[in-house]
Amino acid sequence: MGRITLENVQKSFGDVEVIPPLDLTIEDGEFVVFVGPSGCGKSTLLRLIAGLEDVSGGEIRIDGKPATDLPPAKRGLAMVFQSYALYPHMSVRKNIAFPMKMAKVPEDEQKRRIESAAHALNLTDYLDRRPGQLSGGQRQRVAIGRAIVREPAAFLFDEPLSNLDAALRVGMRLEISELHTRLATTMVYVTHDQVEAMTMADKIVVLRAGHIEQVGSPLELYRSPRNLFVAGFIGSPKMNLIDGPEAARRGAHTIGIRPEHIDVSTEEGVWHGTIGVAEHLGSDTFFHVHETGLAETVTIRADGEIGLHHGDRVYLTPHPDKIHRFDEGGLLIA
Amino acid sequence: MARSVTRSRKIVNTTIAWAIGLIIFFPILWTVLTSFKTEAEAISSPPSFLFFDWTFQNYEAVQERSNYFRHFWNSVVISVGSTILGLAIAVPAAWAMAFVPGKQTKNILMWMLSTKMLPAVGVLVPIYLLFRDMGLLDTRTGLVAVLMLINLPIIVWMLYTYFKEIPGEILEAARMDGATLRSEVTYVLLPMAVPGIASTMLLNIILAWNEAFWTLNLTAANAAPLTAFIASYSSPEGLFYAKLSAASTMAIAPILIMGWFSQKQLVRGLTFGAVK
Repeated sequence: MGRITLENVQKSFGDVEVIPPLDLTIEDGEFVVFVGPSGCGKSTLLRLIAGLEDVSGGEIRIDGKPATDLPPAKRGLAMVFQSYALYPHMSVRKNIAFPMKMAKVPEDEQKRRIESAAHALNLTDYLDRRPGQLSGGQRQRVAIGRAIVREPAAFLFDEPLSNLDAALRVGMRLEISELHTRLATTMVYVTHDQVEAMTMADKIVVLRAGHIEQVGSPLELYRSPRNLFVAGFIGSPKMNLIDGPEAARRGAHTIGIRPEHIDVSTEEGVWHGTIGVAEHLGSDTFFHVHETGLAETVTIRADGEIGLHHGDRVYLTPHPDKIHRFDEGGLLIA
Repeated sequence: MARSVTRSRKIVNTTIAWAIGLIIFFPILWTVLTSFKTEAEAISSPPSFLFFDWTFQNYEAVQERSNYFRHFWNSVVISVGSTILGLAIAVPAAWAMAFVPGKQTKNILMWMLSTKMLPAVGVLVPIYLLFRDMGLLDTRTGLVAVLMLINLPIIVWMLYTYFKEIPGEILEAARMDGATLRSEVTYVLLPMAVPGIASTMLLNIILAWNEAFWTLNLTAANAAPLTAFIASYSSPEGLFYAKLSAASTMAIAPILIMGWFSQKQLVRGLTFGAVK
């Protein structure tokens, strides 16, 4: 079990309120991702759940039981840190065994769990090495192994992949997702990388300056962002945000349209402009179109085979049903 | 061209380093040499450097006149005892200052250090009276306590510096892994800080071993360590240079040998964290 509820949880450091009172429920078995730009309070929120920081107000419950005043050791949660935080003076085996040693798990059971975790994480051959002798990816796996053997109510991940190189990151992302499917344990995952958020989450919590901007499944956030911030933050390349007369014509302060919802043509269309940069990714091509009179740049996602280049004059047609309209306060107009 | 400059520079640097080393070491060497001379040769002018009649008679005389091993044992008990007691107090203090600093932590650290700037003689009378009233004069317990207090600021500062180098996330990981504060310190912090603790320990044993002001003023016969043993040979009358040298050699030999074998640890400890 691992249902975590935050009621009116608030955090201040001195006079600075980093997290204004917020409510959030994380259901048992859910993979929840906290995402937001740096400094948005996502790591602080995770550390409040972990108990590594004390809340300044409000209540945290784990499986219905009050956990606000419990020390981290008593909350039954496991955490994987960005820096891995392995014990450098212990072998991999001892690192993984440490939480069980603390919980006084019998030796036989410890051995069994270490072996099963090592097998699942491909660490069997490295059990007698020290963390210093491992690569980044292996270290991260040891950190995950150390978390698994505790059999926690929930796993907390604090930007676990940001120290890895791009290729490893994709691999570890899949491994963590598979782990979640296999263990079916609640996972709370903090990242600033919206690709990680989109690919891994059951539920994404978008944070800005300690405020929850929107909570929803990845596709809900992508298809129906509640406000301008979420619209701009979720999706890569970013949604095109256009204000001025073009938005006013559609009864909005700002309109947003995703790059894949604009058709490009050399002959006719609603808007026109000149291609500034063409990024050919193979499967797709991104055009950054200038001189449209709408915004500085309008980004378009087109087929990889399309034969347009820098300097070409193009016509653009947005899909009318895919245009998001926002009011002056940045909120979506229904 | 660059190579030759580097080479000649290297020779110059090496020569200078050896010269400075010899200048620093010369008094010790001279003391050791004098300890093997007769009293007459010890004060002869011009002094003889190596070519004299080597004799062990000073060592025999010293051993006859006073009990070296009792003083030696007192030195061991006082220096090791005060260091271990100091560490026991400083580890929790440094832990708190390094990992849960408050607004006043820096001030407290500076204040602790400032006590080292006080001339010791300034508090001699109060400490002497306290010792007299508590029955601690000329006891090893008393000296352990006073030397621990005197070196405590240094122990706390050194440990604080080492602990600051240990990433807080590792201790947080231990907490998440279910460790109590005690297990966190025992299983994670202390093993990681072993090099720092070892060099703190070595330095403080050396400082306590060489401490002369308090040991001379607070002891008479029973608890007198080797510093008092040396001092007993610096007599205003008579010819005692050779015997004084023999006593000094015997007193500094143990700590010199210990320092020699642990120099790697000492240097590493003292420069720990200097370059990141």
